[in-house]
Amino acid sequence: MSFLDAPRVVTSRFEYEDSHTLSRFVSTGGYDGLRQALTMTPEEVAAQVDASGIIGRGGAGFPTGRKWSMLRPAPVRYLVINGDESEPATFKDHALITRDPNQLVEGALIAAYAVQATQVFLYVRGEFALGLERVQAALNDAYRQGAVGRDIFGSGFSVDAIVHPGAGAYICGDETALLESLEGKRGFPRVKPPYYPAVTGLYGEPTIVNNVETVSSLPWIINNGGAAFAAMGAPTSTGTRVFALAGDVMRPGNYEIELSKPTFRDLIFAPELGGGLRPGRSLKAIVPGGTSAFWIGPDRLDLHLDQKAVADAGTMLGSGSVVVMDDTQCMVRAAWRISRFYHRESCGQCTPCREGSGWVENILRRIEAGSGHEDDLDVLLDVCDNISPEVSWPSKWPPQQTTICPLGPSIPP
Amino acid sequence: MPRLAGPNLERAKETIGLYPQARSALVPLCHLAQEQDGWLTPEAIEHIAELLGLTPVEVLGTASFYDMLHTDPVGRNLVGICTNIACLLAGAYELMEHAEETLGISAGGTTTDGQFTLEELECAAFCDKAPCVLVNYRFFGPVDNAGFDQIVDDVRAGRLAEDIPSHGTLSRVRREGGLQVPADEVATQRAAADAAKRERGAR
Ligand SMILES: Cc1cc2nc3c(=O)[nH]c(=O)nc-3n(C[C@H](O)[C@H](O)[C@H](O)COP(=O)(O)O)c2cc1C
Ligand code: SF4
Ligand code: FES
Repeated sequence: MSFLDAPRVVTSRFEYEDSHTLSRFVSTGGYDGLRQALTMTPEEVAAQVDASGIIGRGGAGFPTGRKWSMLRPAPVRYLVINGDESEPATFKDHALITRDPNQLVEGALIAAYAVQATQVFLYVRGEFALGLERVQAALNDAYRQGAVGRDIFGSGFSVDAIVHPGAGAYICGDETALLESLEGKRGFPRVKPPYYPAVTGLYGEPTIVNNVETVSSLPWIINNGGAAFAAMGAPTSTGTRVFALAGDVMRPGNYEIELSKPTFRDLIFAPELGGGLRPGRSLKAIVPGGTSAFWIGPDRLDLHLDQKAVADAGTMLGSGSVVVMDDTQCMVRAAWRISRFYHRESCGQCTPCREGSGWVENILRRIEAGSGHEDDLDVLLDVCDNISPEVSWPSKWPPQQTTICPLGPSIPP
Repeated sequence: MPRLAGPNLERAKETIGLYPQARSALVPLCHLAQEQDGWLTPEAIEHIAELLGLTPVEVLGTASFYDMLHTDPVGRNLVGICTNIACLLAGAYELMEHAEETLGISAGGTTTDGQFTLEELECAAFCDKAPCVLVNYRFFGPVDNAGFDQIVDDVRAGRLAEDIPSHGTLSRVRREGGLQVPADEVATQRAAADAAKRERGAR
């Protein structure tokens, strides 16, 4: 069986024009997973998710089952869905939010039941105006269907959910910054320890933060069983994943494929997927896993799309984005633009990140403009070393950091 | 009408009631004020502070952290061009140059008739449609020079009024009453569930 034949766990409704409507949703198995979950005990639901081996799809790559098991028992505990997607070149959550908002709501409620959350917050990036409309509409529909609120589907389980808009700040995607933002503050990542929101989260209460794609997978996992999910991919990377393919390919877009079996070459060149480069072009570089990841060259095309294999190669699958650059592109310009992004988005709490990002941006701009100095490279290396000691190529993943959050070590080009 | 008034005040109060702590409503309330006035006026900031039990400086200091919250006046329509990696590769800076020429302003500026503010955006998560343009957070892409001029013409002539509400990401987002559950009812349920779980564990 080819990796292309694997079932689509989260994008199965994408083929329909009206995938976001309640009628399409319920006529294609919508809420079945939630109904099923409510017939099980919360521990049984969590056990299925644990058995699925699913790793969080937000970028940090933490196993979801393990995260849930770390929740500190307390009378009040929250579930926060991270829909702040702003990692450059990542656009899968945006699609899941606008094209299947009901599935997102269903998945969030399954998670809420499993962890017995007292309230659910769906944090959606502020720029996603249509997405916000649709998630709110899906939630309104869910209230009308008895799928959220008091006594869900007559099960005796009650929970409320609300949609919360962001307001334009990349850093709010970091889970501790997201919680600060949800508390009505600036999105400053929290100083660790405490390390885990599952112990100290929103308003200091235990909180599970899960990504949109992670929770969107839950209805399928409950309907088909954790083992069916784990049967796809490899033990190091189970299930399917949505890869957001962009840049210099014929067919950019979101592709949900089985993990681990295919390679970067398959994703970029398969006619059903990226469809290859434009005629006459050759591959220069790939940015895997979001701009926070280290780039790879054409020599790594046969690397498998597997969390562990990619980490062993010194970078990450991260947010699931893949940017392709062909031989007509200037790497310095691309690196400059990415450093400009981090400079603009640094929250400013840590000196190496706040100042270093500006230095990196300026030096790269100067090199790009053709007026670089010999010693610019030394300064560049020095600045990067201050942010992420011993940053090197071939790189070690994850990189070290002198900063509060991982945005800092994302800066070195 | 720079304070929140009429239905907006009602909505503000409802919004505050949704959260365990009032301050959480700060960003949603700022969006609401922008929807009403086009930007966050000092009077609205004062009013929001009053509603949340904060000082105006706390509201301003928080709001100014967020790119979408404008503490200075902006045009009726926010036109944003993403220049991040995927859009850059697809010629976003060339499109930006064209946009600056068409609108007669540079990025960050507002046209003299107050119709348009042009912004350089970070990745808008629309990268397979690069280069992309957002008008009041409605997405267009891929956009070439002619396509850009068409969008601007259409907005000017009011032809996109249906698709692109002016100001505000939340202007069409309405929470309907629903079956909100009182927090103490949920708390009682959870305590019972925890007890049942311990029982199951003990067996
Ligand atoms: C700078 C930064 C930005 C992040 N942005 C996002 C994001 O946009 N969406 C997301 O789900 N996770 C993002 N994360 C990861 C979150 O901190 C968190 O790990 C994730 O939401 C947890 O969900 P998961 O376990 O389901 O993946 C970001 C992390 C960092 C450090
Ligand atoms: S590393 Fe940068 S973004 Fe992260 S907390 Fe420090 S200053 Fe803020
Ligand atoms: S890089 Fe422009 S939308 Fe993502």
